[in-house]
Amino acid sequence: MTAILKNRLFWPAAILVVLLVVNMFTSNQFVTVRDGHLFGTFIDILRGSAPLVLVALGMTLVIATGGIDLSVGSVMAISGAVACLLISDLGNQNSVGSVLLIIGIAILVSLVLGLWNGALVAVIGIQPIIATLILMVAGRGIAQLITDGQIINVQSGPYATIASGFFLALPVAFLIAAAAVALITLLTRRTALGLLLESVGGSPTASRLAGIGARRITIMVYVVSGGFAGLAGLIYSANIKSADSISAGNLIELDAILAVVIGGTALIGGRFSIAGTVLGAILIQTLGVTVVAVGVPAKATLLFKAIVVVALCLSQSPTFRQKVFGRFKPRPAVRAEVPA
Amino acid sequence: MTGIRKVFPGVVALDGVDFRLFPGEIHALMGENGAGKSTLIKVLTGVYEIDGGDIKLAGEPVRISGPLQAQQVGVSTVYQEVNLCTNLSVAENIFIGREPRRFGRIQWGVMRRRAAELLGRLDLNLDVSAPLSTYSLAIQQMVAIARAVDVSARVLILDEPTSSLDSSEVEQLFAVMRRLKADGVAILFVSHFLDQIYEVSDRLTVLRNGQLIGEYRTAELPQVQLVEKMIGKELAALEDLEDKAQRTREKAAEAKPVIEARGLGRTGAIAPYDLTIHEGEVVGLAGLLGSGRTELARLLFGADKADEGELRVAGKPVNLRSPQLAMKRGIAFSSENRRTEGIIGDLSVRENIILALQASRGWTRPIPRKRQDEIVEKYIKALQIRPADPERPVRNLSGGNQQKVLLARWLITEPKLLIIDEPTRGIDVGAKAEIQKLVAELSDGGMAVLFVSAELEEVLRLSHKIEVLRDRRLVEELENTSDVDADRIMRTIASGATS
Repeated sequence: MTAILKNRLFWPAAILVVLLVVNMFTSNQFVTVRDGHLFGTFIDILRGSAPLVLVALGMTLVIATGGIDLSVGSVMAISGAVACLLISDLGNQNSVGSVLLIIGIAILVSLVLGLWNGALVAVIGIQPIIATLILMVAGRGIAQLITDGQIINVQSGPYATIASGFFLALPVAFLIAAAAVALITLLTRRTALGLLLESVGGSPTASRLAGIGARRITIMVYVVSGGFAGLAGLIYSANIKSADSISAGNLIELDAILAVVIGGTALIGGRFSIAGTVLGAILIQTLGVTVVAVGVPAKATLLFKAIVVVALCLSQSPTFRQKVFGRFKPRPAVRAEVPA
Repeated sequence: MTGIRKVFPGVVALDGVDFRLFPGEIHALMGENGAGKSTLIKVLTGVYEIDGGDIKLAGEPVRISGPLQAQQVGVSTVYQEVNLCTNLSVAENIFIGREPRRFGRIQWGVMRRRAAELLGRLDLNLDVSAPLSTYSLAIQQMVAIARAVDVSARVLILDEPTSSLDSSEVEQLFAVMRRLKADGVAILFVSHFLDQIYEVSDRLTVLRNGQLIGEYRTAELPQVQLVEKMIGKELAALEDLEDKAQRTREKAAEAKPVIEARGLGRTGAIAPYDLTIHEGEVVGLAGLLGSGRTELARLLFGADKADEGELRVAGKPVNLRSPQLAMKRGIAFSSENRRTEGIIGDLSVRENIILALQASRGWTRPIPRKRQDEIVEKYIKALQIRPADPERPVRNLSGGNQQKVLLARWLITEPKLLIIDEPTRGIDVGAKAEIQKLVAELSDGGMAVLFVSAELEEVLRLSHKIEVLRDRRLVEELENTSDVDADRIMRTIASGATS
């Protein structure tokens, strides 16, 4: 029991469960079956959290190397803009082949943007927060240039499917995110990539001297982050069937960073947790949904969200936990250090 | 301190230890890694709370509940690694957290004047407004001492202050210590260098496995007996090595060169040098701190790029632009900065050990977990890494064990040339002997070793050939024959004569 309580992810998981239970009572339909698909608030949460999960996934890898990627929101906007512009030029917007090709192009563009970030950080040596700030600011401008300052609407069935479609009774957006999670988990835990990432994040100098190609790994995580941000941008724009360069992915970088931190990955790099990040992302999404569902006034939503986040961070702070829970229990061994 | 007891999960770190420290004395705390020295110090400074026993200060019982409170009652500590902010000025470092203020404004003039006075008392003439990073490690150490003394001057604890200093700097530090002693400060001194203990300390206390072995007057306890008390067994390991001292090279004639450097150099780091290392040969680098020992070694591993000269590995010309390329050629390099350039503290012992091998395989070809466990278990046993728990974060191991983890990391890559920079720095006598023995065995097995150490005796004991450096220049190459001794090398270092 104490082992479960001590787990860093216990409190986030507990809060998530509480929020879901609240939703279960406030919404008329939590999970139901309609037309052979699953529907309801819970399914909406899974579907709605897909972009954040994707972005946070890339962010986890970047943060594991000790970096940060602020440009993810702008990459989302660009990728949506590219896709919608190309689709709106199609003769037949419902051509599956063309839409798939365009999705490929948009993701390729996002990967290139990630490569740009990675090159600034790993080759030129700019601090990650500054390097990605460049694209964060410039990216929205680029997206607006692509759409010529307009909101481009598209009427493409296949394109809308990636956000609102269903496959095997589950939302396609959720399946995309789940596939991405599975892919990254395999990639980091079944190969040595995870170890090398944590090593680079733990100590870049020591890693270099151990023969790790730190530069290549650093570039790679920014490329992955860009790619996932692009994918998230496609889901976002397919959901609203248009390219909105202003609000696509607006402030999502902060939610993503928060998800990573809630998930137990430290901002200084090193050890990371994919499962934690996914939990964090879904928690943030659920929180947003719950705030609306329980009828917190729109004016107070941000404040409410902030309170929950503060509570969560406190629950994960070792010092705070020691102070609050320490007096009920015999003094736990804080430092299991071997005396030198 | 009487009957001090401290228990960690699974370990009794201190078991009923008594310890006395008088004003105006320098008291050495001796013991192997894991004997409980650090724990005792941490108890004394309030980092750990005690599970039993009493602490009295000037006869009054005290409860030391934290580092801050320890300072208030007059106990200050200077740790092995300087805990100062190198980007701040000397004066700021001395007064950080307790700046002289008037109306909430820091009085920079007063601060600088007082800092200069304080350092003047220790015979140090520094520009107190210069950033600390402009001074050598030794000076930084003394600034840390000045700060500690100024904060509270009854008990000063120096935990391995000399491990990164060269001999003249050590002398400077000892002068400062003697001055403080004359002022009535009680100094607790921890060092692995026995000579230093005998030079500076008045009394010493020996710990072993968390237990008190005894308290002695330094002058009355011969070195050999001290070592016996510390390690508690016969000096077999050490004597074994003594036999091998001044090792002869029988195989030299037919041995092939592993690496040959011709005119290799890097501007500002090391003047162009020639160096050849053969199979099964141990080449020692001798020289003072800052003489270019490390810089020379780093060029051979591609840790720094050479900007002139040529390098041949196994007879073929190579350009080692990165450590990765050097590793492909069978070269391994263990840095002198164990903490920052060696271990990855967050990762486990297992992960640290397989890191270099994994890096050379690339991330797409992970080492199967079963094989990892086998390798790691084998090396934990072979090198006697303690605690023998492969999943423990390496950060929590003692310095000597971290060093062994690093050696294991490189040994599993089966290098042809092993470059080890200061592998025995800051580790205890037992671990030191083990590492020296290992180097001898590896070389007997045909591995070429470049051994860098500030300790001449160690270099003399292990090396077939000794390269002497001075002022970032390789000044002499000596075959380690029976007429070569520490004096001979010291003379070269001092005079800089080329042979």
